[in-house]
Amino acid sequence: MSTEQTTPVLTVNGTEHALTETELNMNLLDYIREVLNLTGTKNGCGTGACGSCTVLIDDAARRSCLTKVSSVVGKRITTIEGFEQPDGTLHPIQQAFIDAGAIQCGFCTPGMVLSAYSLLLKNKHPNREEIRKGINTNLCRCTGYQQIVDAVEQASKTMYP
Amino acid sequence: MKRPSGKVFRNDAYAKVTGKAKYSDDLKFFNMVHAVPVYSDYIHAENLQVDTAAAEKSAGVLKVITAADVPGSIRFGQIDQDYCMFAEKKIMWAGDVVALVVAEQRSQALSAADKVVVSADPLPVVSDPEAALSPESPIVREIKNSNLMNHHKMRRGDAPQELKNCDIVLQEEFSTQFIEHAYMEPESAVCVPRQDGVMEVYGSMQHPFSTRRFVGALLGEPLSHIEVYQPPTGGGFGGKDDTAAIVCARAALAARLLNRPVKLTYTREWSIRESYKRHPYRLNYKVGIEKSGRVKAVQVRMISDGGPYLSVSPWVNWRSTAQCFGPYTVDNVYADVLCAATNNPVTGAMRGFGAPQVNFAVEQISDIAAERLGISPLEYRRINMVKQDGETVTGQVLDTHTVSMEQVMDRVAGEIGYEEKLSRCTRGTSEDDELYGVGLSISYRGSSLGAEGMDFCSSVINCQFDGSILLETGIHENGQGSESVMMLLLAEQLGVRLDRIKYKRSSTSNVPDGGTTVATRGTIMGGGAVTAAVRKLKQLMADNLNDVLQCRPEEVRFEDDHVLGPDNESKITWDEAMQHLFLKRVYPYAFGSFQAPDVSWDEETGQGDAYFTYVYSCQAVELTVNKSTGKIKLQNIVAAHDIGRAVNRAMVLGQMYGGITQGVGMALSEDLEIEDGKFAHLDLNHYKIPKARELPEITGIIVENPDPQSPSKAKGIGEPALELIAPAIANALYNATGIRYRDMPLKVNPEELK
Repeated sequence: MSTEQTTPVLTVNGTEHALTETELNMNLLDYIREVLNLTGTKNGCGTGACGSCTVLIDDAARRSCLTKVSSVVGKRITTIEGFEQPDGTLHPIQQAFIDAGAIQCGFCTPGMVLSAYSLLLKNKHPNREEIRKGINTNLCRCTGYQQIVDAVEQASKTMYP
Repeated sequence: MKRPSGKVFRNDAYAKVTGKAKYSDDLKFFNMVHAVPVYSDYIHAENLQVDTAAAEKSAGVLKVITAADVPGSIRFGQIDQDYCMFAEKKIMWAGDVVALVVAEQRSQALSAADKVVVSADPLPVVSDPEAALSPESPIVREIKNSNLMNHHKMRRGDAPQELKNCDIVLQEEFSTQFIEHAYMEPESAVCVPRQDGVMEVYGSMQHPFSTRRFVGALLGEPLSHIEVYQPPTGGGFGGKDDTAAIVCARAALAARLLNRPVKLTYTREWSIRESYKRHPYRLNYKVGIEKSGRVKAVQVRMISDGGPYLSVSPWVNWRSTAQCFGPYTVDNVYADVLCAATNNPVTGAMRGFGAPQVNFAVEQISDIAAERLGISPLEYRRINMVKQDGETVTGQVLDTHTVSMEQVMDRVAGEIGYEEKLSRCTRGTSEDDELYGVGLSISYRGSSLGAEGMDFCSSVINCQFDGSILLETGIHENGQGSESVMMLLLAEQLGVRLDRIKYKRSSTSNVPDGGTTVATRGTIMGGGAVTAAVRKLKQLMADNLNDVLQCRPEEVRFEDDHVLGPDNESKITWDEAMQHLFLKRVYPYAFGSFQAPDVSWDEETGQGDAYFTYVYSCQAVELTVNKSTGKIKLQNIVAAHDIGRAVNRAMVLGQMYGGITQGVGMALSEDLEIEDGKFAHLDLNHYKIPKARELPEITGIIVENPDPQSPSKAKGIGEPALELIAPAIANALYNATGIRYRDMPLKVNPEELK
């Protein structure tokens, strides 16, 4: 009984995972990709510059490459794989990214979607400047951000009409 | 696959937005092991010794591979075979790899890599391209016993003589910097030895066929023994050729030697360290102008930094030569474009390919000249720009397509209100804290390879008897949306529903080598190949279905998912058409190829029909400069490009926005800070590519003059979008501050504003 209580656990996309000592010492990005095989979270730099590794930690967008697993024990992690409805329906933000032409190489896309989600939780109707501020943590080399801003604007209208 | 409804078509959007798209580093194979590269601390050194004994004994290590283990060629390259895939005897630059450590776990390979001991005798570092060409310089490029990598010339009329007779002679000097491609996905390769002896290669690359040649060279095996697949590639921008191919080649060698699947994924640090860069240029122009505003003569010398290995420097420099004075007609041009070997980072292909550097100079000269002449910058450009049936500096007569230089410029000038805003520029004097300026630039860009290469591409349409269709072309998806464009063209031309078409996973063992997906040639060449294949398929179908439709073959039409006779009475659905062909035992299969129209070039004079068609572009920008901090803030950008025809509009705009943004980075923030061959930093925290807040809203204008030279009437947009915003920014900066900035990245010292 007491051992169960002390086993550290991480909830990822609604599923609880018991953590080993080795896993506790990993960074969150490696744990998600290499242990859980959730490869939608990308490694673009490893130094917190690019935001490709963005995940939600209790609904806040965070860089998993700079996060130790031990520092988020007991918290709720959402990756891009946990973002669709169980029946495969896309989240309105995902649909808006497709409709606005906001996807090119796609490497930054999962992180961008999660940062946009975190922004819209805090600000349901951001203006374009506020959207740019909200995704400023995420680098994209393909799109020039404009259609990403369009997508977040569209998603805001769909989610909070 | 569940395909979401949407306004924009991308066949890969669903996979990418859900995280289901598997990039190279996302792949795992049974029994897979991991490789990591080992670098040295030297920049230029000889008598290289690599001691792998301690590393080999390290936990989990299977093998430490060095040059001695290479069964094929250690050196390879697209033009000269000089690029060392494993350093041998000498170190030529910071990015040379001395060994590859392979271990069961990546962490084991990483800790073993620290135990590889490298020693060598340092040599003087050659880091200045101008000095590299002096007779006293140590030789970097031993295979040619000369540091001169390349010298292209243009000798048109008699510029040195004519310059003596001009009313105005401008002398201007400009410089540009090393630029990192900074694709979001670092290089990665997974190689899997197959039981039939074929080496399967999955890699982050732009050019599977080019990769196959590098792999074949290192392994010493024929191309048929290597099958390269391209998983989704996280950006390329010209940068995932040589280096990305070599990463694949090294992983393939490890997989061959160990007979196990091997993954080699680069960190950002290794990616910046080892990938080739955009060439820094120094450009010296002498421009002679008549009082009428007409440019009479141009003399130019450009020198670019080639790093130690040739890569595609001669091709990059060739474009700088063919387009050495922008989109202007000049009768007398004397140009020398040189490339020097140094121990700086290797330079090669990057989106724009020798044009952004030239345009940075030429389009500032346009504004400088207009001011000296006392005429509007638009007027100067109007007087000198190429016109319908006019001649380029290479002597090419532009009479096979619509020359829309003026149309494109007028669209941008009108949209942004250029003339009116020009009169409001502060020129260094303002009551406010903010100075204001507007700036504009124009360019033309030869489409596809031009006289720099063999230009042909193919496509295969394989209709299935259940009504579905498999499509493939020799053009590759690098994130730009090429597969979607090919599918849209096929659906449109064959008159079938888009959802019938599946784009086949690319493999170098299927479709023939279509050349590299570079030079803004994807849409024009791949689209040409699809068009050719559709033509053949329609002929085949018409010849075999005309009896069913009770008409002559030439009367058969393909519309609305049906095959029809001359009137709407006789028609069958696509599915019925497939059934008829099955019963006739006819394969609805077509192979089409497109050979680019002829081009020509005379190496001595730099004259010829350089490209078979051109894209015309204009971009303008408004900005403010803070007087006390010197901070530049872009406020508005307008761009127009004549791309022939837009196949996928939202993606065309996406290319414009993205290209402009890379140009903004080059102009304002990106700097690799290389000193004596050493990188100051190897991360994206210091190498600053533009962020969302640093960009203004961009208005993209698509101008469409269908191009008769292109079978699909479409040209391309990848590179034109990037090549001309930097001079527009420099011109706006001048109009704001009254100071001309000639070196990139553009930095305003607030002291100079006082």
